[in-house]
Amino acid sequence: MTLQVSALVVVFSLVGGILLGVGIVYGPRWLYWPIRIYSDVFRGIPLLVLIFFIYYALPLFGINFTNFVSVVVALSTFETAHIIEVVRGALQSIPRGQNEAAKTIGLRFSQRLVYVIAPQAVRRFLPPWINAVVDTVKGSALVSLVGIVDLMLAIQQVIGRTYIPMPLYVLGALMYFVINYSLSSASRRLEARFAYIRE
Amino acid sequence: MRYHLDFGFIWKHFDRLGWGLVLSLELAVISILIGIVIGLSLALAYTGGGRAICSAVAAYVEFIRNVPLLLLVYLVFYGVPSIEGFAYDATTSFVITLSVYAGATLVEVFRAGLAAIPRGLIDAGKAIGLTGWQRLIWVRLPTMFRIVLPSLGNAFVSLFKDTSLASVIAVPELTYGAQWINTNSFRIIEVWAVTAPMYLATGYGLLFLLQRLERRVAVH
Repeated sequence: MTLQVSALVVVFSLVGGILLGVGIVYGPRWLYWPIRIYSDVFRGIPLLVLIFFIYYALPLFGINFTNFVSVVVALSTFETAHIIEVVRGALQSIPRGQNEAAKTIGLRFSQRLVYVIAPQAVRRFLPPWINAVVDTVKGSALVSLVGIVDLMLAIQQVIGRTYIPMPLYVLGALMYFVINYSLSSASRRLEARFAYIRE
Repeated sequence: MRYHLDFGFIWKHFDRLGWGLVLSLELAVISILIGIVIGLSLALAYTGGGRAICSAVAAYVEFIRNVPLLLLVYLVFYGVPSIEGFAYDATTSFVITLSVYAGATLVEVFRAGLAAIPRGLIDAGKAIGLTGWQRLIWVRLPTMFRIVLPSLGNAFVSLFKDTSLASVIAVPELTYGAQWINTNSFRIIEVWAVTAPMYLATGYGLLFLLQRLERRVAVH
């Protein structure tokens, strides 16, 4: 369940983050402020508060989610806000000249983005993005607090039966560690893989 | 929607939120202070130490950073007392957890800061005859703190947000107060609509103050 929630959130926040991130960098003025405010507000609220808010408050508006959907919405909203910043940073790190050169040879905006900007931005994007994925897996432990049986709540339940908390918490910590450490090592390998490109 | 907003109950019990916010800030401040001590001593040990010390520090940092904070909170509050046979209250337990967590983040920050000190400064310290300790205290540390101040500020604001996790072990901070009102009044929208801006305003207020401090001590 931990992996399921994390995977969904990673996909949603990746799509949302890229769309809004491109919007904030290349979009028109009226698009800039809404995205800026979205990103700043959701990065400024603790994830736990956001999860409780969406879990308890949305049903009052007649939107009845299962608790699974509501945590996926909460986590995706939160992570999207972070990924917008990652995308923005990656796009803005590309020298202006690249874009202008692409314009000069007559590429349309979509072509410039896909063939010129994106390939260069990807290597700036990947390392912080994998950090965000690790944060998602860690953040997904909070869904146990609204009654979803993820790794965290499963550990709690086993402890509730067996009354041997310490070994089980340590085991749980190791399981999270294995997932996240392999992600961050992958990130380091990717960085090394892309390092051959000249700055 | 047949729901009428009514903030009455929230204002009546606002002290729970207000004092909760104060406690949240206290938790963040105490934890970052202890975290700075842990982070700084480990970063110095890492920079100057042998291979064994380096791998021990790296193991601590990697372990803490790859495990959810919630799990650490539970582990320290429920797990550790069960084998050690001593007990501490929830607040102490949370401060310990958050400090250890902050320490792991700050080791990296301080390590980068120490590495970023210009060589010439240390050489200049040697040239005027300062001993190793004197160089550390009068040259390296002040320079490092000016370099790492922005990262330190971000870490602090992030810790302030993480104090919301203390609510799960019933430390009466802001989120716990909000949950108390939530379960006792079912004024759900109102209570979270007040709590979220409180976090936002405090977080950005802290950021603003820290940025002013940064400008004042900035390295030119």
